[in-house]
Amino acid sequence: MENTRKDYFTAGIRDGIPICLGYIAVSFTFGIMAKNSGLSAWEAVLISASNLTSAGQFAGISLITAQAAYLEMAFTQLIINLRYCLMSCALSQKLDSRAPFFHRFFISYGITDEIFGVSVCKGGSLSPFYNYGLISVAAPGWVLGTFLGIVSGNILPARIISALSVSLYGMFIAVIIPPARENKVIAGIIIVSMILSLMFTKIPVLNSVSPGFRIILLTLLIAGIAAALFPVKEAETDEA
Amino acid sequence: MRHNIYIYIFIMAGVTYLIRLLPLTLIRKEIKSNYIRSFLYYVPYVTLAVMTFPAILSATANIWSAAAGFTTALILAYHRRSLITVSLVSSVCVFLAELFTGL
Repeated sequence: MENTRKDYFTAGIRDGIPICLGYIAVSFTFGIMAKNSGLSAWEAVLISASNLTSAGQFAGISLITAQAAYLEMAFTQLIINLRYCLMSCALSQKLDSRAPFFHRFFISYGITDEIFGVSVCKGGSLSPFYNYGLISVAAPGWVLGTFLGIVSGNILPARIISALSVSLYGMFIAVIIPPARENKVIAGIIIVSMILSLMFTKIPVLNSVSPGFRIILLTLLIAGIAAALFPVKEAETDEA
Repeated sequence: MRHNIYIYIFIMAGVTYLIRLLPLTLIRKEIKSNYIRSFLYYVPYVTLAVMTFPAILSATANIWSAAAGFTTALILAYHRRSLITVSLVSSVCVFLAELFTGL
Protein backbone atom coordinates (compact mmCIF):
# COMPACT_ATOMS: atom_id res chain seq x y z
CA MET A 1 0.00 0.00 0.00
CA GLU A 2 2.79 2.38 1.02
CA ASN A 3 4.50 1.64 -2.24
CA THR A 4 1.49 2.41 -4.43
CA ARG A 5 0.90 5.72 -2.68
CA LYS A 6 4.48 6.63 -3.40
CA ASP A 7 4.04 5.56 -7.03
CA TYR A 8 0.97 7.77 -7.42
CA PHE A 9 2.74 10.66 -5.78
CA THR A 10 5.79 10.28 -8.03
CA ALA A 11 3.60 10.06 -11.13
CA GLY A 12 1.88 13.25 -9.98
CA ILE A 13 5.18 15.04 -9.59
CA ARG A 14 6.24 13.97 -13.08
CA ASP A 15 2.99 15.12 -14.70
CA GLY A 16 3.09 18.28 -12.60
CA ILE A 17 6.32 19.56 -14.14
CA PRO A 18 4.73 21.02 -17.29
CA ILE A 19 2.04 22.61 -15.09
CA CYS A 20 4.76 24.12 -12.93
CA LEU A 21 6.59 25.61 -15.92
CA GLY A 22 3.43 27.06 -17.41
CA TYR A 23 2.44 28.47 -14.02
CA ILE A 24 5.75 30.27 -13.64
CA ALA A 25 5.07 32.08 -16.91
CA VAL A 26 1.49 33.04 -16.10
CA SER A 27 2.05 34.01 -12.47
CA PHE A 28 5.11 36.02 -13.51
CA THR A 29 2.70 38.28 -15.39
CA PHE A 30 0.46 38.32 -12.32
CA GLY A 31 3.42 39.44 -10.18
CA ILE A 32 4.16 42.30 -12.56
CA MET A 33 0.53 43.40 -12.49
CA ALA A 34 0.42 43.17 -8.68
CA LYS A 35 3.50 45.35 -8.47
CA ASN A 36 1.94 47.92 -10.80
CA SER A 37 -1.14 47.93 -8.56
CA GLY A 38 1.03 48.82 -5.56
CA LEU A 39 0.89 45.48 -3.76
CA SER A 40 3.89 44.29 -1.76
CA ALA A 41 5.73 41.07 -2.64
CA TRP A 42 4.34 39.45 0.50
CA GLU A 43 0.74 40.35 -0.36
CA ALA A 44 1.07 39.11 -3.94
CA VAL A 45 2.65 35.85 -2.81
CA LEU A 46 -0.05 35.41 -0.17
CA ILE A 47 -2.76 35.86 -2.82
CA SER A 48 -1.13 33.31 -5.14
CA ALA A 49 -0.56 30.76 -2.40
CA SER A 50 -4.08 31.02 -0.99
CA ASN A 51 -6.04 31.32 -4.25
CA LEU A 52 -4.11 29.25 -6.78
CA THR A 53 -6.14 30.50 -9.73
CA SER A 54 -5.38 32.87 -12.58
CA ALA A 55 -8.40 34.84 -13.77
CA GLY A 56 -9.79 35.23 -10.25
CA GLN A 57 -6.54 36.72 -8.98
CA PHE A 58 -6.19 39.15 -11.87
CA ALA A 59 -9.75 40.34 -11.29
CA GLY A 60 -9.09 40.38 -7.55
CA ILE A 61 -6.22 42.83 -7.66
CA SER A 62 -8.06 45.15 -10.00
CA LEU A 63 -10.90 45.22 -7.44
CA ILE A 64 -8.40 45.83 -4.62
CA THR A 65 -6.94 48.75 -6.56
CA ALA A 66 -10.43 50.12 -7.08
CA GLN A 67 -11.20 49.61 -3.35
CA ALA A 68 -14.38 47.77 -4.31
CA ALA A 69 -16.90 46.60 -1.72
CA TYR A 70 -16.18 43.25 -0.03
CA LEU A 71 -19.44 41.86 -1.33
CA GLU A 72 -18.47 42.79 -4.87
CA MET A 73 -15.20 40.93 -4.40
CA ALA A 74 -17.01 37.83 -3.17
CA PHE A 75 -19.49 37.92 -6.04
CA THR A 76 -16.82 38.46 -8.71
CA GLN A 77 -14.80 35.52 -7.42
CA LEU A 78 -17.90 33.37 -7.38
CA ILE A 79 -18.75 34.15 -11.00
CA ILE A 80 -15.21 33.87 -12.36
CA ASN A 81 -14.43 30.64 -10.53
CA LEU A 82 -17.78 28.90 -10.90
CA ARG A 83 -16.28 26.54 -13.47
CA TYR A 84 -14.40 24.83 -10.60
CA CYS A 85 -17.78 23.72 -9.34
CA LEU A 86 -18.32 21.61 -12.47
CA MET A 87 -14.79 20.26 -12.22
CA SER A 88 -15.30 19.37 -8.57
CA CYS A 89 -18.49 17.46 -9.48
CA ALA A 90 -16.60 15.48 -12.10
CA LEU A 91 -13.79 14.70 -9.65
CA SER A 92 -16.27 13.54 -7.00
CA GLN A 93 -17.12 10.61 -9.28
CA LYS A 94 -13.58 9.96 -10.30
CA LEU A 95 -11.98 9.79 -6.88
CA ASP A 96 -11.16 6.36 -5.46
CA SER A 97 -14.17 5.61 -3.24
CA ARG A 98 -11.95 3.79 -0.74
CA ALA A 99 -9.87 6.90 -0.05
CA PRO A 100 -10.64 8.46 3.37
CA PHE A 101 -13.01 11.43 3.27
CA PHE A 102 -10.59 13.99 4.69
CA HIS A 103 -8.50 13.86 1.50
CA ARG A 104 -11.27 15.77 -0.25
CA PHE A 105 -10.52 18.85 1.83
CA PHE A 106 -6.92 18.90 0.63
CA ILE A 107 -7.54 17.98 -3.00
CA SER A 108 -10.09 20.80 -3.25
CA TYR A 109 -7.39 23.37 -2.70
CA GLY A 110 -5.70 22.18 -5.88
CA ILE A 111 -8.65 22.07 -8.30
CA THR A 112 -7.28 24.31 -11.02
CA ASP A 113 -7.99 24.04 -14.75
CA GLU A 114 -4.68 22.29 -15.25
CA ILE A 115 -4.63 19.95 -12.26
CA PHE A 116 -8.24 18.99 -12.95
CA GLY A 117 -7.50 18.36 -16.62
CA VAL A 118 -4.57 16.11 -15.93
CA SER A 119 -6.10 14.18 -13.03
CA VAL A 120 -9.64 13.61 -14.34
CA CYS A 121 -8.41 12.02 -17.56
CA LYS A 122 -6.17 9.51 -15.79
CA GLY A 123 -7.22 5.90 -16.37
CA GLY A 124 -8.95 4.09 -13.50
CA SER A 125 -10.09 5.68 -10.27
CA LEU A 126 -8.12 8.57 -8.91
CA SER A 127 -5.74 8.34 -5.97
CA PRO A 128 -5.54 11.50 -3.81
CA PHE A 129 -1.79 10.99 -3.77
CA TYR A 130 -1.59 11.58 -7.49
CA ASN A 131 -3.20 14.98 -6.91
CA TYR A 132 -0.85 15.69 -4.03
CA GLY A 133 2.05 15.03 -6.37
CA LEU A 134 0.64 17.44 -8.94
CA ILE A 135 -0.09 20.11 -6.33
CA SER A 136 3.33 19.83 -4.71
CA VAL A 137 5.09 20.90 -7.92
CA ALA A 138 2.43 23.10 -9.50
CA ALA A 139 1.63 25.32 -6.50
CA PRO A 140 5.27 26.26 -5.75
CA GLY A 141 5.65 27.14 -9.45
CA TRP A 142 2.67 29.46 -9.18
CA VAL A 143 4.02 31.15 -6.05
CA LEU A 144 7.60 31.35 -7.34
CA GLY A 145 6.50 32.97 -10.62
CA THR A 146 4.49 35.56 -8.70
CA PHE A 147 7.47 36.35 -6.50
CA LEU A 148 9.86 36.65 -9.46
CA GLY A 149 7.41 38.87 -11.33
CA ILE A 150 7.01 41.28 -8.46
CA VAL A 151 10.66 41.56 -7.41
CA SER A 152 12.29 41.54 -10.81
CA GLY A 153 9.78 42.83 -13.32
CA ASN A 154 11.80 41.64 -16.29
CA ILE A 155 14.42 38.99 -15.64
CA LEU A 156 12.62 36.59 -17.95
CA PRO A 157 12.89 37.62 -21.61
CA ALA A 158 9.61 37.86 -23.55
CA ARG A 159 10.57 34.84 -25.69
CA ILE A 160 10.86 32.60 -22.66
CA ILE A 161 7.47 33.79 -21.40
CA SER A 162 5.94 33.06 -24.82
CA ALA A 163 7.40 29.59 -24.88
CA LEU A 164 6.39 28.73 -21.33
CA SER A 165 2.85 30.02 -21.85
CA VAL A 166 2.29 27.40 -24.54
CA SER A 167 3.31 24.58 -22.22
CA LEU A 168 -0.06 24.65 -20.43
CA TYR A 169 -1.98 24.35 -23.69
CA GLY A 170 0.39 21.65 -24.90
CA MET A 171 -0.53 19.73 -21.79
CA PHE A 172 -4.26 20.07 -22.40
CA ILE A 173 -3.76 18.79 -25.93
CA ALA A 174 -1.74 15.83 -24.64
CA VAL A 175 -4.66 15.00 -22.33
CA ILE A 176 -7.56 15.17 -24.82
CA ILE A 177 -6.12 13.95 -28.14
CA PRO A 178 -5.09 10.34 -27.34
CA PRO A 179 -8.60 9.25 -26.18
CA ALA A 180 -10.04 10.98 -29.26
CA ARG A 181 -8.14 8.51 -31.45
CA GLU A 182 -10.19 5.58 -30.20
CA ASN A 183 -13.45 7.32 -29.44
CA LYS A 184 -15.17 9.10 -32.32
CA VAL A 185 -17.65 10.79 -29.98
CA ILE A 186 -14.84 12.40 -28.00
CA ALA A 187 -13.13 13.46 -31.24
CA GLY A 188 -16.38 15.06 -32.40
CA ILE A 189 -16.90 16.77 -29.06
CA ILE A 190 -13.41 18.28 -29.17
CA ILE A 191 -13.91 19.63 -32.69
CA VAL A 192 -17.36 21.07 -31.94
CA SER A 193 -16.05 22.61 -28.69
CA MET A 194 -13.18 24.32 -30.45
CA ILE A 195 -15.38 25.65 -33.24
CA LEU A 196 -17.96 27.05 -30.81
CA SER A 197 -15.22 28.47 -28.61
CA LEU A 198 -13.79 30.26 -31.65
CA MET A 199 -17.25 31.62 -32.49
CA PHE A 200 -17.61 32.89 -28.94
CA THR A 201 -14.41 34.88 -29.24
CA LYS A 202 -15.12 36.32 -32.71
CA ILE A 203 -18.84 36.89 -33.17
CA PRO A 204 -20.22 40.16 -31.75
CA VAL A 205 -22.55 39.78 -28.75
CA LEU A 206 -21.27 36.21 -28.19
CA ASN A 207 -17.79 37.61 -27.59
CA SER A 208 -19.08 39.73 -24.73
CA VAL A 209 -19.49 36.54 -22.69
CA SER A 210 -16.55 36.34 -20.27
CA PRO A 211 -14.08 33.43 -20.67
CA GLY A 212 -15.19 31.86 -17.38
CA PHE A 213 -18.83 31.83 -18.44
CA ARG A 214 -17.98 30.69 -21.94
CA ILE A 215 -16.44 27.56 -20.42
CA ILE A 216 -19.48 26.89 -18.22
CA LEU A 217 -22.00 27.60 -20.97
CA LEU A 218 -20.31 25.48 -23.63
CA THR A 219 -19.62 22.66 -21.18
CA LEU A 220 -23.27 22.47 -20.10
CA LEU A 221 -24.44 22.69 -23.69
CA ILE A 222 -22.04 20.35 -25.47
CA ALA A 223 -21.52 17.75 -22.74
CA GLY A 224 -25.26 17.92 -22.00
CA ILE A 225 -26.25 17.18 -25.59
CA ALA A 226 -23.52 14.57 -26.06
CA ALA A 227 -24.68 12.74 -22.92
CA ALA A 228 -28.23 12.58 -24.31
CA LEU A 229 -27.18 11.47 -27.80
CA PHE A 230 -24.30 9.19 -26.88
CA PRO A 231 -24.84 7.82 -23.37
CA VAL A 232 -21.75 6.10 -22.09
CA LYS A 233 -21.89 2.46 -21.01
CA GLU A 234 -21.16 1.71 -17.37
CA ALA A 235 -17.77 0.13 -18.04
CA GLU A 236 -16.51 3.09 -20.03
CA THR A 237 -17.15 5.70 -17.35
CA ASP A 238 -15.35 3.45 -14.88
CA GLU A 239 -12.19 3.06 -16.85
CA ALA A 240 -12.04 6.58 -18.23
CA MET B 1 -12.24 54.43 4.48
CA ARG B 2 -9.62 52.17 2.96
CA HIS B 3 -10.52 48.53 2.89
CA ASN B 4 -8.19 46.03 4.51
CA ILE B 5 -6.05 44.06 2.07
CA TYR B 6 -6.10 40.96 4.24
CA ILE B 7 -9.89 40.89 4.33
CA TYR B 8 -9.87 41.10 0.53
CA ILE B 9 -7.43 38.22 0.30
CA PHE B 10 -9.43 36.17 2.79
CA ILE B 11 -12.64 36.70 0.80
CA MET B 12 -10.96 35.79 -2.49
CA ALA B 13 -9.39 32.65 -1.09
CA GLY B 14 -12.49 31.65 0.91
CA VAL B 15 -14.97 31.94 -1.95
CA THR B 16 -12.64 30.17 -4.38
CA TYR B 17 -11.99 27.32 -1.93
CA LEU B 18 -15.67 26.80 -1.16
CA ILE B 19 -16.55 26.54 -4.86
CA ARG B 20 -13.95 23.80 -5.17
CA LEU B 21 -14.80 22.06 -1.91
CA LEU B 22 -18.60 21.90 -1.81
CA PRO B 23 -19.34 19.57 -4.76
CA LEU B 24 -16.48 17.26 -3.81
CA THR B 25 -17.68 16.90 -0.22
CA LEU B 26 -21.45 17.00 -0.82
CA ILE B 27 -21.48 14.42 -3.60
CA ARG B 28 -20.09 11.46 -1.69
CA LYS B 29 -21.96 8.65 -3.36
CA GLU B 30 -21.58 7.33 -6.83
CA ILE B 31 -24.14 8.98 -9.09
CA LYS B 32 -26.55 6.39 -10.49
CA SER B 33 -28.10 8.34 -13.35
CA ASN B 34 -26.49 7.24 -16.57
CA TYR B 35 -27.22 10.63 -18.11
CA ILE B 36 -25.31 12.53 -15.43
CA ARG B 37 -22.50 9.99 -15.48
CA SER B 38 -22.20 10.41 -19.24
CA PHE B 39 -22.35 14.18 -18.87
CA LEU B 40 -19.53 14.22 -16.31
CA TYR B 41 -17.56 11.81 -18.48
CA TYR B 42 -17.66 14.31 -21.36
CA VAL B 43 -17.10 17.44 -19.24
CA PRO B 44 -13.27 17.49 -19.25
CA TYR B 45 -13.03 17.13 -23.01
CA VAL B 46 -15.28 20.10 -23.63
CA THR B 47 -13.70 22.21 -20.89
CA LEU B 48 -10.13 21.58 -21.99
CA ALA B 49 -10.91 22.01 -25.70
CA VAL B 50 -12.69 25.32 -25.02
CA MET B 51 -9.83 26.55 -22.82
CA THR B 52 -7.20 25.59 -25.40
CA PHE B 53 -8.69 26.94 -28.57
CA PRO B 54 -8.51 29.69 -29.75
CA ALA B 55 -6.66 30.95 -26.61
CA ILE B 56 -3.45 29.14 -27.61
CA LEU B 57 -3.23 31.27 -30.76
CA SER B 58 -2.81 34.45 -28.73
CA ALA B 59 -0.63 32.99 -25.96
CA THR B 60 2.68 33.84 -27.64
CA ALA B 61 4.30 36.88 -29.25
CA ASN B 62 2.64 36.22 -32.60
CA ILE B 63 0.14 33.89 -34.23
CA TRP B 64 2.77 32.07 -36.33
CA SER B 65 4.84 30.87 -33.42
CA ALA B 66 1.59 29.93 -31.68
CA ALA B 67 0.45 27.96 -34.73
CA ALA B 68 3.82 26.16 -34.79
CA GLY B 69 3.44 25.23 -31.12
CA PHE B 70 -0.20 24.15 -31.58
CA THR B 71 0.58 21.93 -34.58
CA THR B 72 3.55 20.35 -32.83
CA ALA B 73 1.43 19.60 -29.77
CA LEU B 74 -1.33 18.03 -31.91
CA ILE B 75 1.08 15.78 -33.77
CA LEU B 76 2.95 14.62 -30.67
CA ALA B 77 -0.26 14.07 -28.70
CA TYR B 78 -1.69 12.04 -31.59
CA HIS B 79 1.35 9.80 -31.33
CA ARG B 80 0.64 9.39 -27.61
CA ARG B 81 3.72 11.15 -26.33
CA SER B 82 3.75 11.89 -22.60
CA LEU B 83 2.40 15.13 -21.10
CA ILE B 84 5.81 16.49 -20.43
CA THR B 85 7.15 15.68 -23.91
CA VAL B 86 4.23 17.31 -25.69
CA SER B 87 4.37 20.30 -23.42
CA LEU B 88 8.14 20.91 -23.54
CA VAL B 89 8.66 20.18 -27.24
CA SER B 90 5.87 22.55 -28.25
CA SER B 91 7.38 25.22 -25.98
CA VAL B 92 10.77 24.74 -27.62
CA CYS B 93 9.10 25.00 -31.05
CA VAL B 94 7.54 28.32 -30.12
CA PHE B 95 10.88 29.55 -28.86
CA LEU B 96 12.69 28.54 -32.05
CA ALA B 97 9.94 29.92 -34.29
CA GLU B 98 10.20 33.31 -32.60
CA LEU B 99 13.99 33.20 -32.66
CA PHE B 100 14.25 32.44 -36.38
CA THR B 101 11.49 34.69 -37.62
CA GLY B 102 12.82 37.45 -35.38
CA LEU B 103 9.26 38.45 -34.46
